Amino acid sequence: MSSLSYAAPTSVDAAVKLLAGASGLAKVLSGGTDLLVQMRAGRFKPELIVDTKKIPGVIGIREENGAFIIGAGTPGAVVEAHAGLTAAWPGLVEALDLIGSTQVQGRCSLAGNLCNASPAADSVPALYAAAAVAVVVGPNGTREVPVEQIPTGPGRTSLARDEFILEFKLPARPARSSDAYLRFIPRTEMDIAVVGCGISVTLDANGVCTAARCSLGAVAPTVLLVQAMADILVGNKLDADTLAKLDAAAQAAAKPISDKRGTAEYRTKIAGVLARRTAAIAFDRASGKATGKTH
Amino acid sequence: MSKSHVTTTINGEAAEFLCETQQTLLDVLRDVVGLTGAKEGCASGDCGACSVLIDGTLVCSCLVLGVEAEGKAITTIEGIAQGDHLHPIQQKFLEHAALQCGFCTPGLIVATKALLDENPNPTETEARYWLAGNLCRCTGYDKVIRAVMDAAAVMRGETV
Repeated sequence: MSSLSYAAPTSVDAAVKLLAGASGLAKVLSGGTDLLVQMRAGRFKPELIVDTKKIPGVIGIREENGAFIIGAGTPGAVVEAHAGLTAAWPGLVEALDLIGSTQVQGRCSLAGNLCNASPAADSVPALYAAAAVAVVVGPNGTREVPVEQIPTGPGRTSLARDEFILEFKLPARPARSSDAYLRFIPRTEMDIAVVGCGISVTLDANGVCTAARCSLGAVAPTVLLVQAMADILVGNKLDADTLAKLDAAAQAAAKPISDKRGTAEYRTKIAGVLARRTAAIAFDRASGKATGKTH
Repeated sequence: MSKSHVTTTINGEAAEFLCETQQTLLDVLRDVVGLTGAKEGCASGDCGACSVLIDGTLVCSCLVLGVEAEGKAITTIEGIAQGDHLHPIQQKFLEHAALQCGFCTPGLIVATKALLDENPNPTETEARYWLAGNLCRCTGYDKVIRAVMDAAAVMRGETV
C-alpha cells in the first residue's frame, strides 16, 4: 500500500503549484538527511514529496560584487569545496561542515538545516551571525526574509505550505571582517551540539569592533540572535574586560532546558565559555592573525 | 499509486527499475536490483554500512530515495573490484584483517574509495575523520586505518 507521490519539478512555478495543490501533507526534499529519517520514524506521513534539486539556482554558489548567493539545497561537501566562500565566511562553512558524517555532507543543505528548525542545528547560528537572507519563493512571487525569522519553534517555521527557500544571500564583507562558529559536544565528531555559538565581526585598523552579530544555539526553543552580546563587542577591542562582559551576556541570554545532553546550569555556563572562544577566533581572523579551519 | 520507472547507471552499466516513492536507494539496490553488498545497519544515516557513490559523491543510500537515482551514476561495493581482480583497498583490508564480522566492510571500502579518489595522500587524522560515519563493532578501527593508509600508499605506487 502506498499513497506517497514524488515530483522533481524543474521550475519554481511548477514546484509552488505542486505544493499548493496537494490535498494532504507535502514536504520539500533537498538533501533528505532529516526528512527521510523522520518519515521512517513516522513523524511525518506526507502524500507528496517535492524534490527541489532540479530547479535552477537550488544547487550551486555564485559571487556577485562580493556578496555570495548559495543555492538552498547545495550539499555541504560542495559548499566546503568553494575557496572564495571559505575565505569570506569561514565560520559559516565550518558550521555546515560539522553536520554529520562525510556521507551526510554529500547531501545535507543549509535550507534543510534551517527548515528542520532544530534549536541545536549547527549551521543556523552561523547563518544568523552572517546576517544571511533567505530568498523565499511562493505563489505571490519572491520575498527576502532574514534567516532569524524562519524558525519559530522546534520543528516549526514561518514558511507557508506553498513556500520554500530558493537560495541564501550573504552580504558583501567590509575589510577586516570575519566569522567563527564553535559548538560543544562531549566528543570530537558525529554528535549534536550541547551549545553552539556563532559570531561575525568587522574591526577597524586598530582592532576595535565596529559591527558584530552574535548567536547561540541549543539554549532556547530556537537559535537565538543575541543583540546584547553584539552591543558589548561594538566599540571595544577583545580585552579581558570585554570577554568577561561577553561571557556574562551570553549566560544571561541562554534559556536552556535540561536534557540528556546537559543540564540547564551546565549549558548556561558553556554558553559563556563558547562566546569567549568564538569571539577570539572571529577577531583573530578579522585582523588577519588566523586563517584556516579551527577543527 | 503506480510505481516510478527509474533509468540510471549502476557500476558503469545502464540499469532501470520500478520503485515506490518511499523505497530508499538501499531498498532498491538490495530488494529490486539484487545487489546486496550495501547493508542496512541503522536505516537512519548513522552507521555508514549502506555507503554508495552517486556521481562520485559518498552518501548513505538509506538517506536517498530510489527515485532520486534517475539519471545518476551509482557505484556500489559490487563495482569496486575489476572482475576477479580485487581493488587494492579490498586487498589491504584482507591483508590487515581489517574486518571480523564483515557487516561494515562494504561501506568502509566504498567510503575509503571516495576518500582516496579525492585525497590520494591523506594523513591518518584525515582518514579517521573521513571514516567517522562508518561504524564498526569488531575491529576497534585500528586495523581499518592501517589498511586504508597502506592501500593509499599502494595506489600512489609507493609500495606493493
